[in-house]
Amino acid sequence: MNAHLPALQVVLPLLAAPVCVLLRNRRVVGVWATLIAWASLAIAITMLVHTMEHGTISYALGGWESPLGIELRVDVANAFLATIVTGIASIVLPYGPGSATLAIPQDRQYLFYTAFLLCMTGLLGMSVTGDAFNVFVFVEITSLSSYTLIALGKGRRALTAAFSYLVMGTIGGTFILLAIGLCYQMTGTLNMADMALRLQPVMGTRTVLVAFGFFVVGASIKLALFPLHQWMPNAYTHAPSVVSAFLSATATKVSYFVLVRVVFTIFGAAYVFGTVHFEWLLMPLSIAAMFVGSIAAMYQTHIKRLLAYSSMAQIGYMTLGLSMNSVEGLTGGLVHLFNHGLMKGGLFLVVANITFRLNSSKIQDMAGLARKMPWTTLAFAVGGLSLIGVPGTAGFISKWYLVQAALMKGQIWLALLILMSSLLAVGYVWKVIEVMLLKPPTKRVENTTPAPLRMIWPVWVMIGSTVVFGLWTTWTGTVAEVAAETLMGLR
Amino acid sequence: MSAIAGLWVYAVVIVLMMTGLYTVISRDNLVKKIMGLNIFQVSVIMFYVALGKVDGGTAPIFQAAHGEHVDTEVVFSNPLPHVLMLTAIVVGIATTALGLALVVRIQEAYGTVEEAELVRIDQEGGL
Amino acid sequence: MSKPNPMRMREMVVVREVSRILIPFILLFALYVQFHGDFGPGGGFQAGVIFAAGLVLYGLIHGLDALQRAVPPRLIEVLAAGGVMLYGGVGLVTIALGGQFLEYKVLDPHHGEHWGLLLIEGGVGITVTASMTAIFYAFAGRDTVQNQEKR
Repeated sequence: MNAHLPALQVVLPLLAAPVCVLLRNRRVVGVWATLIAWASLAIAITMLVHTMEHGTISYALGGWESPLGIELRVDVANAFLATIVTGIASIVLPYGPGSATLAIPQDRQYLFYTAFLLCMTGLLGMSVTGDAFNVFVFVEITSLSSYTLIALGKGRRALTAAFSYLVMGTIGGTFILLAIGLCYQMTGTLNMADMALRLQPVMGTRTVLVAFGFFVVGASIKLALFPLHQWMPNAYTHAPSVVSAFLSATATKVSYFVLVRVVFTIFGAAYVFGTVHFEWLLMPLSIAAMFVGSIAAMYQTHIKRLLAYSSMAQIGYMTLGLSMNSVEGLTGGLVHLFNHGLMKGGLFLVVANITFRLNSSKIQDMAGLARKMPWTTLAFAVGGLSLIGVPGTAGFISKWYLVQAALMKGQIWLALLILMSSLLAVGYVWKVIEVMLLKPPTKRVENTTPAPLRMIWPVWVMIGSTVVFGLWTTWTGTVAEVAAETLMGLR
Repeated sequence: MSAIAGLWVYAVVIVLMMTGLYTVISRDNLVKKIMGLNIFQVSVIMFYVALGKVDGGTAPIFQAAHGEHVDTEVVFSNPLPHVLMLTAIVVGIATTALGLALVVRIQEAYGTVEEAELVRIDQEGGL
Repeated sequence: MSKPNPMRMREMVVVREVSRILIPFILLFALYVQFHGDFGPGGGFQAGVIFAAGLVLYGLIHGLDALQRAVPPRLIEVLAAGGVMLYGGVGLVTIALGGQFLEYKVLDPHHGEHWGLLLIEGGVGITVTASMTAIFYAFAGRDTVQNQEKR
């Protein structure tokens, strides 16, 4: 059975989604989807353990061996990503009904779970596939279901947000499709590993350069790299909070992984950094994202929009790690991918709790919230500290790796920039904490009660794990380092 | 000259692609944006279809019946890009359907599908 | 805003009678494309779209209500889900029989490929038909909702 895990990883949520349509009952579907997420998490962890010990698992779909058939290829990096996606889903799904009830009528809620499971399918597919065209298909499965999920948000602005995401996302997806076509034209293969091999003799041609360009722009739209981030703040602001939590913690991360795969697996570091000098483009953009995102976050009046801009800054850290072209840098990027998933997911769930009770996501409406919802406020504070990168939280670990990587390259200015942008994070996190803690409570806050326990435990699982992974770093560090080495072809 | 003549397909693809992209960017009407998006996707589909075409190639179906010798000399087009485009077309349909569904909902919620109007309404109305 | 009124369409003799002749053939042609996929061009996706086109034509002429009486929305939902499950189910069966996911050989030593393809293309056909019809329902149904509100 172990040998079939890569296929089951994708097929399980894919087949569970139509079952939701058949089951229909809101509660039954909720439990079903949660069980599926947990089972997928078990599969992902099993694969991660297996790949750490025995190396890459290759799975030939339909018995057609690669490069002719579609190959699912799971190495440590893929399994790491699948673990993140399924892990976040496992925590978010039990939370699900809490905030989703606000947006859609109860008798249609099974469709929320269907879309959610399909989104998960797409993300997992992107994580485990070794086939370039498959990446496009799964990118589109993810995108289509996430447009739907965003449009489920309360209020009509969710619709326009979903629409502009649809336009941007489709352009991005089509760019990726075109890039795959150009690569196929040059190599006659769709298998990534085979493609990399056959691209070597034609690396000098302009077609390959154009293909690389389309890949990068397409993936960058999906991962919301500055300045292609416009769709993100609106989408995360107006989507249901649970969806924001899931997408911010996984969708952009998986797109980041696709970019990493394109850079290291298909084109190879020698071409990307040696010939094209991709870092000359990526590094300034990442730094710009870090600063623009953090500064923009400080000026936001809606807490979800604040978190969305903060996400944009944090994505900057990840791409910065990629642009360093070193094992340390990429390790930093991957560790941050994991840690940021936990903290942003956790923070959006905190916001979901707050908006559930307050019915508002304006920061000024949260004045004095600490007195009424102490645990929720504390969770926000811990998550916020992690965003800043205070020692003892997960955020510190990833920034530590990045600073180390910068220092190892002898780029002290880069390390200083990382520290400076972290200080900016203090600005926007404190802005929220100050209002919650020090301002006198408003009428709206006076009348609230803490969120039910059902909604509090997922928050604390996420926020708690940012502390756990901030103190106990062996696991994330080792896995991310092995993953980085695998991606760079050093293992 | 023949090199240029052989590249006309790419010219078609580029013209279509830019037409689509320009429509998406310049039009205010959301339905027209969807149309632009469609043209944009079709350009890439055209590109793939052109990839698979082999000069003088036939449809990639073996004509021989049971036991007969299959003529391996027959030149046929590469079916793979065409099959891939089946998937891309499905994606295109799904995107269009979802986009139009959103447009319908936007029309119901705002009473307009002009982007400038939507922005104005949003700015006036706050959240 | 002049919308073609479904009531009016049904009263047009030519449209009604031509569609009465055409629709069975459209549906039959869809099945032909579906099963001819074994030997030549064809397959579930094309067949599904053609089949749905037949249904949509019926709906356009006789009204959404008539079509929904013949093919209720709930059935469409179940079919859309069922097709995917048929496809995936074949994959799971091949795994259970000791092959890889969707490795049809293990279904039957001689005709495994044939049966496997037939089943999954059937799944594709069902799902595509149902999805296309569902899209039609979603748009057409919404229109009547709006008109009812106006009335």
